[in-house]
Formats: sequence, structure tokens, C-alpha cells
Amino acid sequence: MITVVDYYVVASILFAIGALGFLLRKNVLVMFMSVELMLNSANLVLVASAKSFDLARGSAFALVSVAVAAAEVGVGLAIIIALFRLKATVDAEEITNLRG
Amino acid sequence: MEVLERVAFYVMAVLAVISALLVVVNRNPVASAMSLVGAFLAVAGLYLTLNATFLSAIQVLVYAGAIMVLFLFVIMLLNLEREPFDLPGIGRIAGFGLSVALLFSLISLALGAVARPETSARGGSGAEIGDVFFSDYLFPFEMASLLLLVAMVGVIVVARRRKPEEEEEEQA
Repeated sequence: MITVVDYYVVASILFAIGALGFLLRKNVLVMFMSVELMLNSANLVLVASAKSFDLARGSAFALVSVAVAAAEVGVGLAIIIALFRLKATVDAEEITNLRG
Repeated sequence: MEVLERVAFYVMAVLAVISALLVVVNRNPVASAMSLVGAFLAVAGLYLTLNATFLSAIQVLVYAGAIMVLFLFVIMLLNLEREPFDLPGIGRIAGFGLSVALLFSLISLALGAVARPETSARGGSGAEIGDVFFSDYLFPFEMASLLLLVAMVGVIVVARRRKPEEEEEEQA
């Protein structure tokens, strides 16, 4: 029997992989993709939990979070483009303007 | 039916984990983006096994469709080359250790959860979600549309190419 715990475990693994990508990769774009992965796993937990309460309400929550993710991706990629125009690189280790 | 459900869940879960790992491991950003499509589709499959049919369709449309097209556009606009391989430094080893610790703590938390009986009052079909959105959650729904509008304007302002005289003004 597949229970909500199995979904939690899958979401945990996806979240950890996303964190791994965010911490290990230097390409800003791939770091951003890893953040998307983490966001997706959080959504999965939301929907899996909603199964025990009210799936329609949980799906509505998840739908709003998808809309927020879409807006966030647009803004994030625009910032990356502006950054690339300024620095001609997407390497996170070379973007050190804020380092004292 | 029970066996079929199990098989569907495990196939989707394994696919999601493998493609997520490929996103992190691939050194070519385009290959990473393609693996990300696989991960999003697998999560859409997981939504299907949860009976959240409408959300599954939205996941395919918005994530695997719109967001990935945006990612691929930006990758091709920036004309990136493969990342060179470099030996892991102290920071990367620490990052690896940190995410492994995160993995184990999250899984132990997940295994500690008590599985409640799955007695959802309503299903996840488009009609039922529409019911929720146009009665109780009308305000968040309208706010989402406002958020998307603001994000659109913000993206245009941030990413547009500035005219030379404007750049001089900013420098001054």
C-alpha cells in the first residue's frame, strides 16, 4: 500500500538533490534549476498531504505556488540575463561584487 | 489495481530521482535543462498517482512547457559552453556533506510521519478546484494574476537593453 509517507520520502530525496545542486554547481542557471527542483518537491508534499484532508483545496494551494514559481522563474532569468550583460559570465564564483 | 498503483508510483519516483540527479551531474546546461523536463514530467506522474489530475496537467503545461522553454531560451541566448571539470575543494566537500545530512534528516522526519487514512472530501479535478478558487479563494486567485502582471513588467524592465545615454546617466 502506497501511503503519504512514501511520497514524503520521494520529496525528501528530490529536495536533497536540489540542495546538492545548489551548493555544488557554479553555473548560476543550473543553481536556479536546482531551486526549481526543491520547489517542486515542496509542492509534492503539499499535494500528498492534501490527499488525507481535501484534495481540491490542496491542489488550489499547489496551483497558486505554481503561479508564484512561474513569476519567480521569469524574474530570476531576467536577473541572470542582466548579470550576464554586466559580467559576461554565469559563474557564481566570479560574481563577487558584494564581497567586502 | 493495487499492484498497478504501486508500479506506477515506483516507476515515477525512480524516474524523478534519476532525472533530478542528472540535472545536477550534467556539465552541459542544455542537458541539465532536458533532464529537468524529465524530472517535472515524473512529478506530474506522481500527481496522477495521487488523483490530482488537474494539477498534473498544469505541471506539464507550466513547468515542462513554459518554464523549460524560458530556461532553454536563456541558455541559448547566453551561449554557454561546457563547464570544465575541476577537483572538489573544501567548500564543495562541505556542500556535499551538508546535503547528505539534509537528506537523512528529511527522510527520518518523513518516516516519523503518521499516515492518516486517505479520505479526501473532494477530488482534484478541474471542476472541483474551480469550485474552491471561485468561492473561498477568490482573493488569492486574483492576487496571483496581479503577481504575474507585476512579474511581467519587472522582467521587461530588468532584462531590456539600455540605451547608451541611459547607461551614462546611471554611471553618473
